[in-house]
Amino acid sequence: MKVEQKFENANHRAWSNNPFRGFRAIFYKESLHLRRDSMAIMFALLVPIVEMIILGAAIDTNVRQVRTVVLDESGLMEHASDVQGSQSSRALLDRFRSSDTFKIYKYAHSDEELTHEMVAGHAKVGIKIPFDFDRQLLRGGSAQVMVLVDGSDSSVAGQSLNVASAIGLDESLRRMLPPGKLPAIDIRPKVMFNPDSRSPNFFLPGLMTVLLLFVTTMLTAFSIVREKERGTLEQLFVTPVRPLGLMMGKIMPYFGLAMIEMLMILAFMRVAFRVPIHGSVLLLLLLGTCYMFTHLSLGMLISSKANSQNDAMQRSMGIMLPSIFLSGYIFPLDNMPWIFYLMSFFVPATYMMQISRGIILRGAGFGDLWINAAALLVMGVGALAIAARNFKKMIV
Amino acid sequence: MAAIVAEKLVRKFGTFTAVDGVSFQVQQGEVFGFLGPNGSGKTTVIKMLTGILPLTSGRGVVDGVDVTADPDGVKQRIGYMSQKFSLYDDLTVLENLRFYAQIYGLKGKDAQQKIEQTMEQNAIEPYKDRSAGKLSGGWKQRLALSCAMMHGPKILYLDEPTAGIDPVARRKLWDLLFELSGQGITFFVTTHYMDEAERCSHLAYIYYGKLIADGTPDTLREIPEVSPSGTQRFEITTKDVTTALRRARTLPFMRSATIFGRSIHALMQDTITPSELAGELEKVGVHADEIRPLMPDLEDVFVELTYRKQAEMEVAKV
Repeated sequence: MKVEQKFENANHRAWSNNPFRGFRAIFYKESLHLRRDSMAIMFALLVPIVEMIILGAAIDTNVRQVRTVVLDESGLMEHASDVQGSQSSRALLDRFRSSDTFKIYKYAHSDEELTHEMVAGHAKVGIKIPFDFDRQLLRGGSAQVMVLVDGSDSSVAGQSLNVASAIGLDESLRRMLPPGKLPAIDIRPKVMFNPDSRSPNFFLPGLMTVLLLFVTTMLTAFSIVREKERGTLEQLFVTPVRPLGLMMGKIMPYFGLAMIEMLMILAFMRVAFRVPIHGSVLLLLLLGTCYMFTHLSLGMLISSKANSQNDAMQRSMGIMLPSIFLSGYIFPLDNMPWIFYLMSFFVPATYMMQISRGIILRGAGFGDLWINAAALLVMGVGALAIAARNFKKMIV
Repeated sequence: MAAIVAEKLVRKFGTFTAVDGVSFQVQQGEVFGFLGPNGSGKTTVIKMLTGILPLTSGRGVVDGVDVTADPDGVKQRIGYMSQKFSLYDDLTVLENLRFYAQIYGLKGKDAQQKIEQTMEQNAIEPYKDRSAGKLSGGWKQRLALSCAMMHGPKILYLDEPTAGIDPVARRKLWDLLFELSGQGITFFVTTHYMDEAERCSHLAYIYYGKLIADGTPDTLREIPEVSPSGTQRFEITTKDVTTALRRARTLPFMRSATIFGRSIHALMQDTITPSELAGELEKVGVHADEIRPLMPDLEDVFVELTYRKQAEMEVAKV
């Protein structure tokens, strides 16, 4: 009897000194909520698949087969108008065709028709070869070719311009060099890490970073705000649960869900989109944990301030939008005005973008990426500390 | 031994004093009604006596445990039920019970045994797999109370437990409270309903951070400030109460008069007999159907005390 009591006292003391007290109970309850919350499950598991399909399969940022209209006047002198162009102009146009950048879909018969095709948006590029093209070539003069480019889509315009100029230069060189002689400098570009410039390889590792935000930030924020709205949080404060036990109990189920989500995204990316993972998956999961921790803490921070789910939603958006636009996910950071560039340092997704592209595409190791993980941890601990302080204030 | 001892509780928020030297004692097995207008410091006192909010000064002892020295010990010994019956609607009855068992540190066999016992006591076993949100008001309340009592506390705090529930469920809850208090459990209840206050075995009234009344309903009714010596109360039943009230107030011996439903509650000099009063009323054109002596009810008591306190505070300001 006495021994038993002693044991019980010791047990009780261990329980009362535990800073994570109440963790198990909160974890149990929160997991049940999550399991019954079909919206959350959908957010975490279905939405990512759909978004991956959209971004991975439907969107191709590489410029290919740009619709091109041609007005070739060079042959008019020699032939009837049924065959357009001369031998040399057709050779030049073949170069354009075989570049894969241009797709010649129509031959125009007048300047008006050429302009019309451009204005109407049927053609993005118009090529005009003047009537004296052959004559200039034969005389050894400079034969001019006009290339009109629709500037309303900047990536199409840029790519078309570059390829057109390159074809021009290349053709000129070929004509100037004596047969059998090679150019003095031969640049052989090689695109590393993504040799075929495949869009999924570039987009999906970034998309994973963005997708993980929903579960980590928004769902955790909701989970506490909901208790505020229902009045159950007040009840929890009167129980012996400790703040750390409460917060960790709330965080862990969502951490678990985010982990499942991440594994699912990786598997889908690898199998369905054939994006090779060059680095260590284990390292990616480990550093991904740091990122999730940061955003789970931010979710806690939001919930400590927001008083309704609507409020929490708007605050979450305030975190998500910069994560999409200021993290280098869509727009390269190096081209940003300095103020936005500076802001990107305070966006956790920026670091995760480095980590995920680094490991997946470049095969980077811990030595290359640890600074990113450190930045994430610093932000996470900071957010959690402020959240804990806010909760303490809320009780009073 | 007193279940709850509050000694000169003070709580300041910055320069604002929310609770100003509140003292009272609640004996074991009492149903203690804690009343006061919103914003008068009720919730702050509860927070101090549940170990959530540190005291600025004073002393609080709950079930023999000092709230300042061992707030966690206090939390372990009390149960608390907030206004909205803090149940998780999407969890089943059984899951709600399990959660509260866990959060109070019950484990394995102990927890299982306690949960079964609770379900049996409350006859809630048949509903154990139903989600709490689908229970009717009365069952919800029972479940909420069961959850708050899962760890066998001797003291329960109920913060406006009957706000917004129907009269039948209200009556049932009070019957349950008295049944439990008979078993030695102490209740600390806040309410705005006067009929509930009447049922408490001990009442306290807080106004602007100060306790201005403390006693049983009967002793409160008899405190001299409410019924000054040389006065008496009558209930006058008559046809047209509004006109009658205006006229009755003109009588020289009348101290105060208010309408109460279809009758008038009047405070007057105790030298007047009921028949004299009827005569005087006839003179001013009021026919009284019935006149009977009246004890002040609790609403009278609290209204009177509040007026007096307000007047005192006005004087203090000048």
